[in-house]
Amino acid sequence: MEDDHDVNEGATSATDYIVHHLTNLDTEHALHTELANPFWNLHWDSMFYSVILGIIFAGSFYFAARKATSAVPGAWQNFVELIVDFVDTQVKDSFHGSSKLIAPLALTIFCWIFLMNFMDLVPVDLLPRLGETAGINYMKVVPTTDPNITLGMSISVFILMIFYSIKIKGVGGFAKELFLHPFGKWMIPFNFLLKVVEELAKPVSLALRLFGNLYAGELIFILIAVFTLSAGVNSLGENFTSLGTITLFIIQVILGLAWAIFHILIITLQAFIFMMLTIVYLSMAHEEH
Amino acid sequence: MSINVTLFAQMLVFGLLVWFTMSFVWPLIRGAMEEREKTISDGLAAAEKGQDDLKQAGEEAGKIVEEARNQARDILSKASSRANGIVDEARSEGEAEKRKRLDSAESELEVEINRARDELRQQVATIAIAGAEKILSREIDESAHRDLLDRLAAKL
Repeated sequence: MEDDHDVNEGATSATDYIVHHLTNLDTEHALHTELANPFWNLHWDSMFYSVILGIIFAGSFYFAARKATSAVPGAWQNFVELIVDFVDTQVKDSFHGSSKLIAPLALTIFCWIFLMNFMDLVPVDLLPRLGETAGINYMKVVPTTDPNITLGMSISVFILMIFYSIKIKGVGGFAKELFLHPFGKWMIPFNFLLKVVEELAKPVSLALRLFGNLYAGELIFILIAVFTLSAGVNSLGENFTSLGTITLFIIQVILGLAWAIFHILIITLQAFIFMMLTIVYLSMAHEEH
Repeated sequence: MSINVTLFAQMLVFGLLVWFTMSFVWPLIRGAMEEREKTISDGLAAAEKGQDDLKQAGEEAGKIVEEARNQARDILSKASSRANGIVDEARSEGEAEKRKRLDSAESELEVEINRARDELRQQVATIAIAGAEKILSREIDESAHRDLLDRLAAKL
């Protein structure tokens, strides 16, 4: 099992390489065992990077907050204030209630997802290869390419939506919204079905949009990385020319660069969309119909 | 790609992170920002107030200077009228003094004239007597000299 994904070997196929890159370090892979219940098969790599990046975000922002001064701010405080102000503006534009939670929530979502997305710009083989030297055989470094991570966040947001709906409108108001809209009391089952689909679509679309974008982005980085790999695989063993390898290497560098530059936009945009939709959904939960 | 406990672990981490941001990051940074905004707006308001004060003070100073100028003008005109008054007074006083002196001099002169006239009259009488004596010693033609003597006596 440890040999069939080693990309250094010329015999490794592109498919193996890609599949290896898309496999999480779960408990089964880490301990080489089979769990009785696959539910407990924790993705250690996703959680590791997610927690590390969360700590980096919280720690660096806390560093600025702890020494925050109302006099002339330092460079880091200035940067943090820039982001905080940006998030605050977005929240104030779309959310008209008063809530101590929503703005910090939006800030956390934006920064954390941005950092997790940013792992996509780290060269695809760098961290997994380092992990291999330390005996870790599988590693997905981008947490947001794991649907568990994105769904975990969107379901948390969904719970908050329901919580605020009930808190603001009361159980009765929430039930009324659930059963009596949009077609009145003669269509209660239909109303309910419609509402459930409408509400469930929110967290699902939120999670899958982020996951899909990042998964596809990561996959394309992997495919670009396959260029030089396939040079070894496809060029009839010993006889491939160094010229062909160099050409492929140059193509890989150019494509990788182009996709990385484009990806800077995508990772920021996806973080922003997740934050924006969270704000919008929560403000919808606050509104009476 | 399977959904498993990772999802719940992520929810837990997410919750903790949001709690941390809400408690220790957001309020401190927003607090600093709001305090700075307040300081700046206070400073601007103070500057505006200072400018207003300055303008008001300038107006007040102008008013005071104007008042002082008016007062000075008043004082000047009063002083000049007082000076005129003094000069007039002095003039009239001088005039009166002059008149008084003139009067006394005149009366003195008159007294003097009267005395001289009296003296003269006495002397004339003496001279007349002496003349008469001299004429008489020669010859008095009463008829011839009566007329002359009468005229002389009338002139005295």
